[in-house]
Amino acid sequence: MAGTAEAKRQVAEATDEYKYGFVTDIESEFAPKGLNEDIVRFISAKKNDPEWLLDWRLKAYRAWLKMKNPVWANVEFPPIDFNDIYYYAAPKTADKPKSLDEVDPQLLETYKKLGIPLAEQEVLAGVEGARKIAVDAVFDSVSVATTFREELTKAGVIFMSISEAVQEHPELIKKYLGTVVPQRDNYFAALNCAVFSDGTFVYIPKGVRCPMELSTYFRINAENTGQFERTLIVADEGSYVSYLEGCTAPMRDENQLHAAVVEIVALGDAEVKYSTVQNWYPGDKDGKGGIYNFVTKRALCKGNNSKVSWTQVETGSAVTWKYPSCILMGDNSVGEFYSVAVTNNHQQADTGTKMIHMGKNTSSLIISKGISTGVSNQTYRGLVKVMPSADGVRNFTQCDSLLLSDTCGAHTVPYIEVKNPTAQIEHEATTSKISEDQLFYCLARGLGEEEAVAMIVNGFCKEVMQQLPMEFAVEAQKLLGISLEGSVG
Amino acid sequence: MITIKNLHAKVGDSEILKGLDLEIKAGEVHAIMGPNGAGKSTLANTILGRSDYEVTEGSITFEGKDLLSLETYERVGEGIFLGFQYPVEIPGVSNLNFLRTALNSTRRYRGEEDMSAAEFMKIVRAKAKDLKMDPEMLKRFVNVGFSGGEKKRNETVQMAVLNPKFAVLDETDSGLDIDALRIVSDGINAQRRDDTAILMITHYQRLLDYVKPDVVHVMVDGRIVKSGGSELALELEEKGYADVA
Repeated sequence: MAGTAEAKRQVAEATDEYKYGFVTDIESEFAPKGLNEDIVRFISAKKNDPEWLLDWRLKAYRAWLKMKNPVWANVEFPPIDFNDIYYYAAPKTADKPKSLDEVDPQLLETYKKLGIPLAEQEVLAGVEGARKIAVDAVFDSVSVATTFREELTKAGVIFMSISEAVQEHPELIKKYLGTVVPQRDNYFAALNCAVFSDGTFVYIPKGVRCPMELSTYFRINAENTGQFERTLIVADEGSYVSYLEGCTAPMRDENQLHAAVVEIVALGDAEVKYSTVQNWYPGDKDGKGGIYNFVTKRALCKGNNSKVSWTQVETGSAVTWKYPSCILMGDNSVGEFYSVAVTNNHQQADTGTKMIHMGKNTSSLIISKGISTGVSNQTYRGLVKVMPSADGVRNFTQCDSLLLSDTCGAHTVPYIEVKNPTAQIEHEATTSKISEDQLFYCLARGLGEEEAVAMIVNGFCKEVMQQLPMEFAVEAQKLLGISLEGSVG
Repeated sequence: MITIKNLHAKVGDSEILKGLDLEIKAGEVHAIMGPNGAGKSTLANTILGRSDYEVTEGSITFEGKDLLSLETYERVGEGIFLGFQYPVEIPGVSNLNFLRTALNSTRRYRGEEDMSAAEFMKIVRAKAKDLKMDPEMLKRFVNVGFSGGEKKRNETVQMAVLNPKFAVLDETDSGLDIDALRIVSDGINAQRRDDTAILMITHYQRLLDYVKPDVVHVMVDGRIVKSGGSELALELEEKGYADVA
């Protein structure tokens, strides 16, 4: 088993197509396959949930049963058999290690291979001059390690797995969980509410600027297992935090479901910067396997002058369905969405954002860069909504698509709903191809064809890439190059 | 250094180069002049191996190697440079990043280590200074929003940093005012050494006042019809192509 995994990894590395496709051979504990109330109770018991949380899960499960899989997205996939999935898989040795020394060495090795530093003296991916980054490592259904806790505690920052937070800070969880994404928000959010097993909780107290970047690294390892993580970030008045999220999964022929919910609450004058580099296994060249990435991410800019900025670089997943959004409730609050989505081979992505303007003088900025090649299909879907109460709203949206093959698809579907006449809304969209002249200019300076395409594409994405923290930007640039390999010609 | 024999090349269905012969030795500067449509730019693109230029007959040998069997980036790695008549804009890619990637690609081709960021910066700053280029321009996106003169100066900086054995300069003088022409000429002269060769493609005598060629060729209808010393350029300027050729 380990031998096969190693061989697979070597093949993947040699062809450089998906470097993270290896499997960690580790003994795991599973919930029985399938989904019913007993499974929900099983997960709840595993997590040692308080009574209210079990009730909350059951309520969500019952609501989910009555809901339907959304069909409006521009993606196609066979119906998911929700009874053919494990909803809980945890490495047996992962039982709440107190320190890094107690973490299973195999898990440490896995994260090392992925370039994720779990030892506090290491820095991300060996990048020169990188700053400290605290990491919460989620492996299948559980968090296996969280670093820099002491240093963060000193600053009053709470950074721990959501399971621990339920035990240690139930008042905060109870106060904020489900307040941004209601249980019945959508099919996959409801499912997540019922079966979420872990994820990250962040609380930044009043006036605190978080002393380092926080990050969660999600890894799906076990077969036929769904990952349902839940992230909750609360930035109290006048605080600031930059949070990063990364994800990978083994190469498998079966599709695996990832249905996460991320909620952000920004109180008055608070600022949250949320960056994602999504690199789930995209499936093979023929479209076999890969992750279904059905994620609900939403921020509530609750207080005046609050700001939330989403940045995403989406290169992985077989099917992506994801719209990180901002509800701009506080006056003068600001929402930003910077996105790069790359689809190759048979990948499908329907992604974008929603900016809901409720407060006065709220503003939003949307910069979306879509790159498609192979026979992939990509849609930008975005909503800018201005409520009657929102005077002086401003929005600027720019959607650029770059097509690298003649067989891919790129679509832009902007929805604009304005109910206040003082709003200023701007929308710009372009679709282009890499010109022969650009390509030859790069070749004539000594670049290989794939290097040239990667450079031009990185230039195309510059506005978004420069939003990423430096350590992530380096990683993301490499990733763009790798994702597009074999796309030329 | 480079020997071109009986070169025929076509773009689409039309044959542009119709049996061109040219030999340039190390230490020499050649100029090719000729009317519009003679095939001068086609020659430049064909030497670099642009994919839509198809060689149907003949050979190009560079330092004993069959150039036509190499990909464009390999030809560049061997030490060939093309200064573009119309340098291309690459939005979002800084001049520095572009040039460093280019330099390291050619170094890797030659089996050399990548150049460190510090050493690279030192060289680029020095070359930019020589060519009186504002260092701020190095941070700007490749050719985006550059004036015609700035683009040509940028090409010359790139040539200086990449330090090729053989440079083909396609109408480097077009779009330059007198001051810029002088600076770019200085850059070309700095590249003129015993171990390098330069091929300048130009319409006008004025560049040749600053960079004195060893040999001047007249190209008409895909062939070189006359060659001579630098006095030939003056004769062309006076009488026009029709009379000289």
